[in-house]
Amino acid sequence: MKNKLIQISQFTEKISRRKLLGGAATAAVAIVQTANGQTIQKAIPQAALADDDPTKKMGIPPGEIGTRSSFEKLLKDPSPTSSRSPLQDIYGMITPSDLHFERNHGGVPAIDPNKHELLIHGLVEKPLIFKVADLKRFPSVSRIAFLECSGNFRSGKETLRPQDICGLTSQSEWTGVKLSTIFREVGVKPNATWFLAEGGDAAVMTRSIPVKKGWDDAILAYAQNGEALRPEQGYPVRLFLPGWEGNTSVKWLRRLELSDQPYMTREETSKYTEGVNGKVRQFSFDIDARSIITYPSYPQRVEKGWIEIRGIAWSGRGKVVKVEVSTDAGKSWQNAHLQDPILDKAHTAFRYLWQWKGEETEILSRVTDETGYVQPTLKQLVEARGETGGYHFNPITAWQIKRDGSVLFKPETFR
Amino acid sequence: MQKPIGITSKLLFQLPILISVLGVFYEKNSGTGSDTPPLSASFFQQSLPPVSGFNSFSDTTLLPSSFGFGRPATQAEIDKLDIDVRPDGKGLPTGSGISSRGKLIFDAKCVACHGAGGIGGPNGSLVTTTADAKEKRPEKTIGNYWPYATTVFDYIRRAMPFNAPGSLTNEEVYHLTAYLLNANKLIDEKTVIDAKSLPKVVMPAQKLFIPDDRKGGPEVK
Repeated sequence: MKNKLIQISQFTEKISRRKLLGGAATAAVAIVQTANGQTIQKAIPQAALADDDPTKKMGIPPGEIGTRSSFEKLLKDPSPTSSRSPLQDIYGMITPSDLHFERNHGGVPAIDPNKHELLIHGLVEKPLIFKVADLKRFPSVSRIAFLECSGNFRSGKETLRPQDICGLTSQSEWTGVKLSTIFREVGVKPNATWFLAEGGDAAVMTRSIPVKKGWDDAILAYAQNGEALRPEQGYPVRLFLPGWEGNTSVKWLRRLELSDQPYMTREETSKYTEGVNGKVRQFSFDIDARSIITYPSYPQRVEKGWIEIRGIAWSGRGKVVKVEVSTDAGKSWQNAHLQDPILDKAHTAFRYLWQWKGEETEILSRVTDETGYVQPTLKQLVEARGETGGYHFNPITAWQIKRDGSVLFKPETFR
Repeated sequence: MQKPIGITSKLLFQLPILISVLGVFYEKNSGTGSDTPPLSASFFQQSLPPVSGFNSFSDTTLLPSSFGFGRPATQAEIDKLDIDVRPDGKGLPTGSGISSRGKLIFDAKCVACHGAGGIGGPNGSLVTTTADAKEKRPEKTIGNYWPYATTVFDYIRRAMPFNAPGSLTNEEVYHLTAYLLNANKLIDEKTVIDAKSLPKVVMPAQKLFIPDDRKGGPEVK
């Protein structure tokens, strides 16, 4: 059972980053394959390394596609139905496309863009079928906006990362054609008030959307962060509804039907609805304002001294106007600095400089959006809705800072 | 958006907005309809002083009434894809089903995920039990949570069984729908489910559903 070393050539026979794992004997790590084919990290002893000064040997020549450093371990966290973005490892406001969260209801379909078609019919003057190439001929639009699943809240134990708590949110620059342009082309009739969006996946996912959203800011997106959509994000074309719960941005879009009433599909009745004081709230489209500190967070550790607290804040109802940070468990709050650009319905990065003197405390953030909505505590949400969970739960997240510098999530329970 | 620097760039920044406002005005006065010609750049070039270094005349806020992209959909092409069913029954196909036939299909194709009798399977119960009602948080089922019976038909036809979606005939879907409604005690075992009877099935949860009326602002709801 001897481990086989692979990808060593990537370092041109030199493996750098000494002492990554600590200890004098360990010089670096490499990716190795075990006898049964499992890929693992393995420490490389210093003695096994050649001279690792990168200034003394030619590097790798230019290539056809960029690579991520083998030292960066950026991974989504998959379950059978979703995969979460590693929020704690992402800088700035854009989620790398391959780390964008995933949620699907019948797997990721393999679609040939040359065969894929989008049908628009129902209450329209001219039912039309568009190839993907047809959609790309229309005037295009790009905007940076977040996409969040409305079932994006987890709690229950201290060892949760931002990825585990609310990793079902990501942000991209989306490019496509405005749905209003297509509405004009097909001639949407005045009595059309809703439209059905249907995906070409195994779930043939459907949601009913008010026509007004189609005229306002909906996009038929075929590109994300400068390239064609990733298959996981709806290749070759998806609906993108800025600020709305992710499920409504139907992927692998194959059909739009204009109607004078909603269809009451499974995803807008038995799912994506939430109990509120004995009733069931439906068509909760807007994503409520939310923020989370992503540094420091579990499983990171901090040292005494200056710490730049960092995080993201967003609202489906407009722009972030304020993020406040508390470093004393919510007793007092200070304004965090918001990083430009502050965009409508977009993740906005915030930061707050804090000097930690080693005391045990809790750090929290809360966002205010341009409607005047302030991110609530879990207690406020539970009291307002009479429920301890469900869709559209956006509570303030607290991180416990322990004396030894470890950072733990603070799970809260009510009732 | 970046703030314009100085008065010159501010003017440049505002010009396209001015042009698009004029564009709407022009379109209104020239009459709208399918025969309206695309707004031409020359109109604006004539009526506005030329601005060097700023070309706004190809701005996509100015749209022709039709681009002519795509192709007309035939009725046959529409019928092939148009599988949705509305609460008023629009979209339901011909055919009918009864519970006893549905049980046979359910036992063969559905129990692995949804449990015997639609209770307790790994992918969730579909049928309400009396034991559920005593629990503080009963499992959401067709009987206690689904507001429209038509959704049962629509969803089974489009997405089930999970390992072979779209493989059931309309007749089989009607049988399964009848079985699940009967198992939830929403219809009796003799009721024939078809395009006429399905929209009339009364779903107990329907009265609980309220549309979201939140618009932001300070209130937590």
